[in-house]
Order: sequence, then C-alpha cells, then structure tokens
Amino acid sequence: MKFHLKVWRQKDPKSPGRLEDYEADNIPADASFLEMLDIVNAGLTGKNIEPIQFESDCREGICGNCSLTINGVPHGPGRGTTCQLYMRKFRDGDTITIEPFRADPFPVQRDLVVNRAAFDRIIQAGGFISERSGSAPDANSVPIPKTTADEAMDAAACIGCGACAAACPNGSAMLFVSAKVAHLGLLPQGKPEKDRRVLGMVRQMDQEGFGNCSNYYACEAVCPANVPAAFIARMNREFTAASAKEMAGLPV
Amino acid sequence: MTTSPAAKAAGPCAGQIWLFSSIGKKTVVAATGILLVAFVVGHLLGNLTIFLGPDALNSYAAKLHSLGPALWAIRAALLGILVAHIYFTMLLWKENHAARPQKYIASNPVGTTVFARTMRLSGLIVLAFVIFHLAHFTVRVVDPSFATMTTTLDGHKVHDVYRMVVTGFSNGPVVLVYVVGLFLLTFHLSHGIGSLFQTLGITNRRIRRTYEIGGRALAWALYAGYISIPVSIFFFGLGKGAIQ
Repeated sequence: MKFHLKVWRQKDPKSPGRLEDYEADNIPADASFLEMLDIVNAGLTGKNIEPIQFESDCREGICGNCSLTINGVPHGPGRGTTCQLYMRKFRDGDTITIEPFRADPFPVQRDLVVNRAAFDRIIQAGGFISERSGSAPDANSVPIPKTTADEAMDAAACIGCGACAAACPNGSAMLFVSAKVAHLGLLPQGKPEKDRRVLGMVRQMDQEGFGNCSNYYACEAVCPANVPAAFIARMNREFTAASAKEMAGLPV
Repeated sequence: MTTSPAAKAAGPCAGQIWLFSSIGKKTVVAATGILLVAFVVGHLLGNLTIFLGPDALNSYAAKLHSLGPALWAIRAALLGILVAHIYFTMLLWKENHAARPQKYIASNPVGTTVFARTMRLSGLIVLAFVIFHLAHFTVRVVDPSFATMTTTLDGHKVHDVYRMVVTGFSNGPVVLVYVVGLFLLTFHLSHGIGSLFQTLGITNRRIRRTYEIGGRALAWALYAGYISIPVSIFFFGLGKGAIQ
C-alpha cells in the first residue's frame, strides 16, 4: 500500500514544530501503524534524513507508550493502541496526518514523543496502597462481590496512555485519574485510603494544569482500554464527599 | 500509612480548596444549572396561563408582584445563581483553554456532540437574550407604552400583562428574537441537563443514556412550550380580540 504522511517534526521542546510530508511506499496491508513508521524511517536513514521519533514499547497493545494522534484522533481510528492499528484500516493512497498527543501538561520532547511524567506525579499523589498487602491472596479468602470485582477490573484496565487527555478538547485527565481512583478504592486493600487518594490525585491533576471535564466524552470514545466515563461521575462524588469530611474536620 | 502532601494541604480552608478545585467549580456550574432549569420550568408554567385568558395571566402576575420583598429576594437569588453559573464557567473556560493551547491540525471531534462543543457560545447568546427579555417585559424599555398598560381585576387596578404580551408578540422582529433566543436555550440545555448528572456524580454507565435522552426531551419540550406563546399570538391571532 501507499500513503502520503504529514508528520509533526519538532527538534526539541523549545523549538517550534511543523508538519512535513513523507511518502510511505510498499507498505504491507498487515503492517501495524508503528511498523509502517519503521519502514518509512528505514527509508529516511538511507536519504540522510533524521528518522521520525516516536515511542513504542510492547507493541502488543498493553503498555500505552505510543503517543500518536492520527488524523486528529489519539491512537487513530477505532479503539486500541497505535501498535494494534493495521494499515488495512486505511485506503490505499490516503493522506495521514500524524501529530503528537496534545495537552499542556504533556510537553512535546521531540517529533511524536511527549513527556507524560505528569501522570506519574498524579499516581505519586495517591495512586497506590501504602501498606504492603503481601503476595497475591488465595482466591476467595477475601470475599468481594462479583459486581464490585468487575467494576474494579474495568477501571484497572486503564494503561495510563494519556489518550483521554489528548482527545479532550479541554486537555482533561479525568478519565485516567477516575480510573485509578475507582480501581484502587473499590477493593478492600485500597479502601482505607480512598478519601486521601481522591483528594491527593485530583489536586495533583489540577496542579499539573490539566483542564476540567465538560462531559464531552471524547476520552471514552478513544480509550484503548474501554474505560467508561461513568468513573468520572464516581470520582466527582467521591472527591466532594471526601472534601465534605475535611470541611467537617473528620480525618481523611 | 503515609499521607500524600497534596492531601495534607487542606486544613481550615477545606471549603475554599474544594470550591476552587476542578471538581468544585464544575459542581457549582451543575448545581446552579439545576436551579436555573427549575426556574425555566416554573416560569413556563406561569406563562402558559396566557392560554387561560387575560384574567388568568393578569391575576398570576398580580400575585407574583404582591409578594413584594419576597419577589425581590427571589430575583436577587436568581441573579446570584446566574452570576455564579457564568463566573465559574469563565474560570473553567480559562483553565481549559490553557490546558490545550495547541489544537490538532487534523481536528476530529470524536465522541462529542455539537451541543456540548457550543455550550459557551450558546450560553452567551442566551445571556444576551435574557437581557433583552428583561428589558422587554420586566423593565419595559423596549416599548415604554408597556409600562402604562393597566386593567381592572376584581376591582383592583393591575398591570395589564396580557395586553403587554399580546402587543409585544405582534411585532415580527421581536418574535424572531424569541424564537432564535429560545432555540439557543434548547441547544444549551440539550447538553446541560443530561450533563449535570454526570458532574454531580449521580449517574452510572447504564443510566447515562436515559439522562441524556430525557434532558434533550425536556429541552425540546421547554422550547415547544415557550415558543407556543409568541407563535400563537403572531401567527394565530391569540388574544387579538381580547385586547381590542
């Protein structure tokens, strides 16, 4: 297959970037989007052009490293990560625009590579369980209702890729934060720190400069892990409830 | 257990910290939104008394005005709610803009609705419409003759609201302003009503669709109810005979 690429090239975080045109020739239909970029890069090296920088790690859809916005949609058309997007999804001869994830707290490092350390700092503000809970407990030694376990698993599916914040017209990270808040807060090991977790993570999210949710649901539409925006509603009420406890002077 | 530094920061001003957090501001917008929707519903029910004839509308209006200080308290509260709704939206707007300074060149608003994306614009147009509406029928500066229209109801001299409304809506451009202004309100509420349940956290993934459809249905029902008045007067001659 053959494609015309318009790729965001940016030398370093301070330089202005711009779209540059590249041709992708002889691309197998079953190549993943990242493999297509590998092929293009191999061709560029021969021509003494700096290869297009992008991030990838697992290439099996679970790491969330690829920070590519393809034709205006983070991770491109369809759900899933960029490595799970195959070129057969496109038509031969298509023009494809590739930009980095956009959100102020995700500064572009180079080309399509963005710095998502803001997410790490949000996790450090409460996205953990302080007490070591030992190795994995025996099944059913701690009874957890099936619905609760399922709900927690749906939230735990979040791979922290940042597509939600990149898709949000407000650059809001609420889908990510709410998934972490729900996944840890629903289960017995994480419940004792539920209040301080939601307070800490939301405040850190605000401090990082992420925007506010306008209930556009663009996040949900691009999430490769299918995390539903209902978790944002849950986080909203948990944050307000925890704040009310603080206002009443109760320990959180 | 360690306490994260961010969680420790609250202390005595926990209320203020909540209020100006992302979720606090959104909650204020949603809560004031509910109150404004409640007002819009109540206002419509009162206005629909026009279909019961001049005496029904005039006695409803006279009853409202007889509340005296209570009426002014309600008006002040409404103004406060409106100001809070707009002020907190502006704060959110500013932050949202700063959080996404660079737009995508190949923009694709996947998953969103046109109602959601135009909330601020539709809201500002509705604000302009509300100001016009107040100038038109409350302060009565658009047509000063409205202020002098009186009638007798049960032996008392009262303001002839019925005559004012019928005269007001006999004017083509004015009817157009109402039809367009109210349409923008419907546009605003098409996202707003369903969305506030999400912000307040009283939803889940199954019921959200119901809230969205219900919210849109209510928004359109309000539109139908409101424009029935100018449309009936302008196109179907409602009340023309009564005010001769």
